[in-house]
Amino acid sequence: MDFLNAIIAISNYVLVPGIAYGSQLALGALGVTLIYGILRFSNFAHGDTMAFGAMVTILFTWLFQSMGISLGPLPTALLALPFGILGTMALLLLTDRLVYRFYREQKAKPVIFVIVSLGVMFIMNGLVRFIIGPGNQRFADGERFIMSARDFKAMTGLREGLAIKTTQGLTVVTAVIVVIALFWFINRTRTGKSMRAYSDNEDLALLSGINPERVVMYTWMIVAALTTIAGVLYGLDKSFKPFTYFQLLLPIFASAIVGGLGNPLGAIAGGFVIAFSEVTITYAWKKVLVYLMPTNLEPTGLVQLLSTDYKFAVSFVILIVVLLFRPTGLFKGKSV
Amino acid sequence: MSEPFLIGDAMTAGYGKGPDILHDCTIAVNKGEIAVIVGPNGAGKSTAMKATFGMLDMRGGAVRLDGKDITKLSPQDRVIAGMGFVPQNANVFTSLTVQENLEMGAFIRTDDFSDTMTQIYDLFPILKEKRNQEAGELSGGQRQQVAVGRALMTQPKVLLLDEPTAGVSPIVMDELFDRIIEVARTGIPILMVEQNARQALEIADQGYVLVQGRNAFTGTGKDLLNDPEVRKSFLGG
Repeated sequence: MDFLNAIIAISNYVLVPGIAYGSQLALGALGVTLIYGILRFSNFAHGDTMAFGAMVTILFTWLFQSMGISLGPLPTALLALPFGILGTMALLLLTDRLVYRFYREQKAKPVIFVIVSLGVMFIMNGLVRFIIGPGNQRFADGERFIMSARDFKAMTGLREGLAIKTTQGLTVVTAVIVVIALFWFINRTRTGKSMRAYSDNEDLALLSGINPERVVMYTWMIVAALTTIAGVLYGLDKSFKPFTYFQLLLPIFASAIVGGLGNPLGAIAGGFVIAFSEVTITYAWKKVLVYLMPTNLEPTGLVQLLSTDYKFAVSFVILIVVLLFRPTGLFKGKSV
Repeated sequence: MSEPFLIGDAMTAGYGKGPDILHDCTIAVNKGEIAVIVGPNGAGKSTAMKATFGMLDMRGGAVRLDGKDITKLSPQDRVIAGMGFVPQNANVFTSLTVQENLEMGAFIRTDDFSDTMTQIYDLFPILKEKRNQEAGELSGGQRQQVAVGRALMTQPKVLLLDEPTAGVSPIVMDELFDRIIEVARTGIPILMVEQNARQALEIADQGYVLVQGRNAFTGTGKDLLNDPEVRKSFLGG
């Protein structure tokens, strides 16, 4: 019985949140990796693009809520999501037209692009704060739990409860659908293949008559969809605050680099590696150990390796270790 | 004599704002023939070919394809105009499968290109066998076949090959030459740059020996092979 309780406790506090957070990071890292692979720079504005997409979605959610439209048990934000994606597409295509295209024509070095994206980041950062403010926004509605801890306890008679939030279930289901759609697109469609070809060998792609401006446009559109979905899922699951999205940049980049930059499969794996490392290292294991250890050996402390305030240190350490020992990432990516 | 199918006529050209590399250099290929550019290292062989493909700044001379002046066209537009180009390095998409490489070669085509793909698989049977393998996993000789196959997918009217046998073993080299002759037999004129001067001249209808960006000797492959001057300087006696 104690063993079962321990398993449930781990599931409740580590496994379920880890899977949800990992899916969110994976979606974010997919965007970073696509930009790196195709446009060839590290996009520092990624976190703030996520914030922008989430913001547009939130504004539409509020609009729908005021009109009395809802999705029943599912959050209304799901209905607003397509509008958020369209808004973000418009923003990214406009940014590309106004900013990045100029540097592409100059054939600027990747490091210039990185600095440029840093500037774009500050602008987007300001834009989001200007429109929706720097504070916390809640926009989740509908059913809160797929299964609450109390129901689970009543159902199983165990002392530990397993809660699965609607947003967590939604995150995983959406992430799976998005990843399948993305892989189908880049592996099976003509446009997707031309994007991979362009990423692989720019000059030869030109010789084959692939139009780089089209490839760039499709990339931004896909990135807009990925960032908005990731941003909204994260916002639903935790809460929306512009600054947290800026902070997400580190774990997202860590995920993309750990998996191997430019490799979509790696981005997904990297997302889960970072998420689970963060969650397991900042979780207080006392409860689980009390169940598992003999009575006299129970720990008295929290058995928490790192306080949650330091969770970003985890991504940072993993990032450094990977860059030192395996710069191309776990999967075959480009070296940084 | 009538005008050759593709001619880079009296080209003077260089990269960007750099000095001239080609000086009044002429290379050409006739319909249904193989023309070969040979010469010592740094003679401007590849440069001459790239100039006909529009990858350099032309400061003098002209490039004509089938009688039309294409000097001002970009390389991409020349592909559409009917030129196929196989660069020396990085000439396949390494992370794409062989079949995807061929599909990308046909990117500008909007018609059904499955016939062309069948033809290419007939021409290079090994590619059919490995069509679902990533091009980066293939051997050097097989990669070159993918590269040529990719360029053929547009059904070009003329094919430019930049050192197709660079870095492959002598046996593979012989096989590649055989394949190139087969491609030429399908009626596509081929202009190629070669390090292996003797072997290349043996299959060439027309040969160009370049030295320091200038035409040093020009003639049929056979003539050049028999020319004592050419033999002494470039073919090792």
